[in-house]
Amino acid sequence: MSNIFRARPVTGTAGGRGILAHAGTLFVLLAFALLAFAHVSNATESDLVPVAAPTNGKTVEVGISNFTFTPNELTIAPGTTVKWVNHDDIPHLVAEKAFAFKSKALDTDESFSFTFTAPGVVEYFCVVHPHMTGKIIVKAGGA
Amino acid sequence: MTNSRDWENGGPEMDRRGALECMVWAGTGMLWALSRGLPSSISIGDAKAAELAKGAFTFLQISDSHVGFDKPANPNALGTLQEAIAKINAMPVKPSFMIHTGDITHLSKDNQFDDAAQVIGSTGLPVFYVPGEHDVIDEGLGKSYLARYGKGSSGSGWYSFDQNGVHFIGLVNVMNLNAGGLCNLVVEQLAWLETDVKALSASTPIVIFAHVPLWTVYPEWGWGTEDGARALSLVKRFGSVTILNGHIHQIMQKVEGNVSFHTARSTAFPQPEPGKAPSPGPMKVPSEDLRKFLGISEVSFIKVNQPLAIVDKTLADA
Repeated sequence: MSNIFRARPVTGTAGGRGILAHAGTLFVLLAFALLAFAHVSNATESDLVPVAAPTNGKTVEVGISNFTFTPNELTIAPGTTVKWVNHDDIPHLVAEKAFAFKSKALDTDESFSFTFTAPGVVEYFCVVHPHMTGKIIVKAGGA
Repeated sequence: MTNSRDWENGGPEMDRRGALECMVWAGTGMLWALSRGLPSSISIGDAKAAELAKGAFTFLQISDSHVGFDKPANPNALGTLQEAIAKINAMPVKPSFMIHTGDITHLSKDNQFDDAAQVIGSTGLPVFYVPGEHDVIDEGLGKSYLARYGKGSSGSGWYSFDQNGVHFIGLVNVMNLNAGGLCNLVVEQLAWLETDVKALSASTPIVIFAHVPLWTVYPEWGWGTEDGARALSLVKRFGSVTILNGHIHQIMQKVEGNVSFHTARSTAFPQPEPGKAPSPGPMKVPSEDLRKFLGISEVSFIKVNQPLAIVDKTLADA
């Protein structure tokens, strides 16, 4: 950047143009700032935070203990968030059977949350121990 | 002690030569050798084992180091791995190489892979790896493992090599898992295996190593490989087949005709015997006893068309 400035000899007229150019830049910057501020104050939650789906604010926990998901079958209303919490001394990794969603490897006491919006039956398993399975039933009026 | 109805499909078998089929829980080392065509077990003292192994081609099996594990069953899995490696470094006669049957790390984290490589590398021996399920739970579900140990392998990391006339095959049965299923080898790997052994003469000793037991040990705990029998049928014609597995953190051995199965101890923590606990997680033992449950295995090739001799040593042994 400094190279460009050095390459432009500052004559009287150029200096004048330079000052205007600086002022112009400042104006543009201010305008951007004002616009951004306006955007923020008028913004809805969905503009700022990439939420995958609308939530009803409710969270239900599924505990993982002794290589078992409890409750093993869970019925929820659309918009409910399910939070899997690992209580085992061994890591588990929660994934929908076709990998529509997957957690990272969950060490002891770590958790993974997912919000279910569409009604239907979701089967999931533990990628580390595939014989561990569970089911989420999403339906209107579900608990 | 025989409990074969629990551990295999179809119950006990006797082959035509009347070979003894035996399923042994080994808390101490058992040495299997063939003498006049009949297998017999020899309780080994170090002197007998050394005599049999003298001059023989020997390699090591280590397994389930779970570097990064720090829960009550063993607060320092890296430390016990270091102890195991120190024992290897102190061996007066070095083995030719080591096989690690997987679960190198506990959480597939980079620093865990690094620590394991550094400690194991101190032996200066070549090491051949296959992944365990704990090695393929990175964000890319196996990309980290393959980036480090996948060179020269195919698919999810399977490969073979020859050493001293023995054909070694590393299989991967911890990827491509199906919800609700056991571990599996998948069609592509089995097709590769068929081609890989096609041209070998039946007298070539075969060693197959994979993380999860290739035969069904305890399906309720996921201890088995769904299509393992397919792999075993592809090597049925060979005079000596040795299957080396890990995953269950305890010794289980079985001889079925020409095929010997052996699972190794972990260097990190023991797990309960099948059905003896609500789940197969880490088993807490008194800390002064921990090292009796951890160990490494020495495998020696004694004679053609005979089982390889396997000597299991615990970290508590001198």
